[in-house]
Amino acid sequence: MALLQIAEPGMSSAPHQHRLAVGIDLGTTNSLVASVRSGTAVCLTDAQGRALLPSVVRYHSSGAVDVGDLAQQSQAEDSRNTIVSVKRFMGRGVSDVAHIENAPYDFVDAPGMLQIRTCAGVRSPVEVSAEILRVLRARAEASLGGPLVGAVVTVPAYFDEAQRQATKEAARLAGLEVLRLLNEPTAAAIAYGLDHAVEGVYAVFDLGGGTFDISILRLTQGVFEVLATNGDAALGGDDFDHRVFCWLLEQCGLHQLGPRDTRLLLTKAREAKEALTLHASARVTAQLDNGEVIEATLTSEIFTDITRTLVQKTLAPTRKALRDAALQVSDVKGVVMVGGSTRMPQIQQAVGAFFGCEPLNNLDPDKVVALGAAMQADVLAGNKAAGDDWLLLDVIPLSLGIETMGELVERIVPRNSTLPVARAQEFTTFKDGQTAMRFHVVQGERERVGDCRSLAHFELRGIPPMVAGAARIRVMFQVDADGLLSVTAREISTGVEAAVSVKPAFGLADEDISRMLRDSFEHAKEDMHLRALNEARVDAQRLIEAVHSALEADHELLESEERAAIDCRIEELQSAMKSEDHRAVKTATDALNRVTDTFAARRMDRQVAQVLKGRRVNELDF
Amino acid sequence: MSITLTEKAASHVTGYIARRGKGIGLRLGVRTTGCSGMAYKLEFADQANPDDLEFESHGVKVLVDPKSLPYIDGTELDYAREGLNEGFKFRNPNVKDECGCGESFNV
Repeated sequence: MALLQIAEPGMSSAPHQHRLAVGIDLGTTNSLVASVRSGTAVCLTDAQGRALLPSVVRYHSSGAVDVGDLAQQSQAEDSRNTIVSVKRFMGRGVSDVAHIENAPYDFVDAPGMLQIRTCAGVRSPVEVSAEILRVLRARAEASLGGPLVGAVVTVPAYFDEAQRQATKEAARLAGLEVLRLLNEPTAAAIAYGLDHAVEGVYAVFDLGGGTFDISILRLTQGVFEVLATNGDAALGGDDFDHRVFCWLLEQCGLHQLGPRDTRLLLTKAREAKEALTLHASARVTAQLDNGEVIEATLTSEIFTDITRTLVQKTLAPTRKALRDAALQVSDVKGVVMVGGSTRMPQIQQAVGAFFGCEPLNNLDPDKVVALGAAMQADVLAGNKAAGDDWLLLDVIPLSLGIETMGELVERIVPRNSTLPVARAQEFTTFKDGQTAMRFHVVQGERERVGDCRSLAHFELRGIPPMVAGAARIRVMFQVDADGLLSVTAREISTGVEAAVSVKPAFGLADEDISRMLRDSFEHAKEDMHLRALNEARVDAQRLIEAVHSALEADHELLESEERAAIDCRIEELQSAMKSEDHRAVKTATDALNRVTDTFAARRMDRQVAQVLKGRRVNELDF
Repeated sequence: MSITLTEKAASHVTGYIARRGKGIGLRLGVRTTGCSGMAYKLEFADQANPDDLEFESHGVKVLVDPKSLPYIDGTELDYAREGLNEGFKFRNPNVKDECGCGESFNV
């Protein structure tokens, strides 16, 4: 007979009407699947009792696919067809991925997202991720005894539209209904039951193998809101291993090492680091390829000493996130620890000292994200009684906006806006009689379009011809609860409309979010100058266009030397526009404005005269 | 009249209630639904109803409404593992036949 789970009061499901739902942590190194059984979230294990599935996929020429440990074992022997860390490639082009030349794959730079040529054919990162998800789905269905109604899949808080969309597609390809994409820090907070906790601000400190993320969440009436996120995409446990590795080289007087010895010592370094979690010192012994045996003892003090700068490196983004959220350390009620590297006592201490409170660490930091996702999935699948329900709010990691004249970015949805969000802004035409407008949707914090990430292009046609600046075009940005974006542009008088629902231009010029944020701080001043310059240039261009069309219409109103003066100022302005000095552009613009004053006045007189011609004063309606 | 839990089932229930953070025990019952007529109800109990019959087994309080009891009287609730799946199993002496999957039954 069937195996039953305990339901919430009044929530027993009818036979064959299971509401089986899972949470999936689709990680860079490892992936997990969890579900709520008899009211408790648990990670589901494979037949060998392992919860962690290495995020590694190996393709065979026969068409067979290995996923997990089996694939990981063959990494060295068949590295070209064994894909590791595919999460780094999701929604990215070849030019987007840092150090891509170190990856042993045959990349195909397909439009949008890169692809990988394997012996089984060309595969996209979405397809590779789908293989991992398929294994987790099969594991879940075997464990829960039936088909799943859906899954909550977690993504890093900084994932952009393209990366989120790609994650959703991978799930769909694996036959999973995505109930929701959930930000990893939010999932971790849920796992600790903070949704039932005291209202207030919480921090989620996530130090994984290769990445560091800090998120600031606010809980109000059972509702989570991500106030700010920050991090370092190139900081993780691997860096700590590397410090120990370098220390070993120094201690043992080693210099040039072969790749095998390097791998061996890196493994020994990691083991020593892990041993220090529970012990005060760790003994390292290794036999090198040349038969030499090395020995060293790593103490907690030495380790603290050699990794101090790395620990400090986690605190700078933490401070920034707090500043973004406009909060003080004392506002934070609790800190959740996520990621295996937070087991290091040095990290626990530093975080505790920084926030002035004991971090929450009693759940397995490797599993906490999957457990929280499972709890959210349980709610979304309808297994909780009414009133137990709760809603989550997330934020936009980077501002969304559109390109305006002068290659500048007009921000429409600012960074850290809570989701879902809808924002609209009106724009107008630049030229007389302009009937179409091209929209370029971008994401980023910089002032110049080229420094931001391009998401989509679309066109609005059928704008009725009007003078420049008369048309009113309302551009609406909507971001749904999953962080997916749709943009519509509508001309108000006619109602003509064009829309794009990102259709993400998978991966264009940029590296990673933290880098983009850092750039925006570092380049703040030159960005300000650039904006001033480009705005001045746009103003100048608009004036030149206006003068040209006036000259065409009413050139007979000007004496030849007046005309020469105007032409001369136009030329001066055009050459000023080529300079980098926005004040020079502005001065030349003002000069052209002044020299055309008389001309403008005469044109005005003539128009008034035409209107008045042959009419009596009392006929006029002032 | 009795409803019992195996020791294994009882220890799982105790653990689940502790982690859930609330609940006075377990509620067992039947509903008239499913492909063979009846379906089991297995829920956490947050409060007892006035008519409830109470049983106690290995420290776990079991509540059953009087209408359900005839269908499940004498049942022993066990906890079992089958492959990757695990969960509670009703050993109900009243069952005459059940549907292939065992999720619903007839008395």
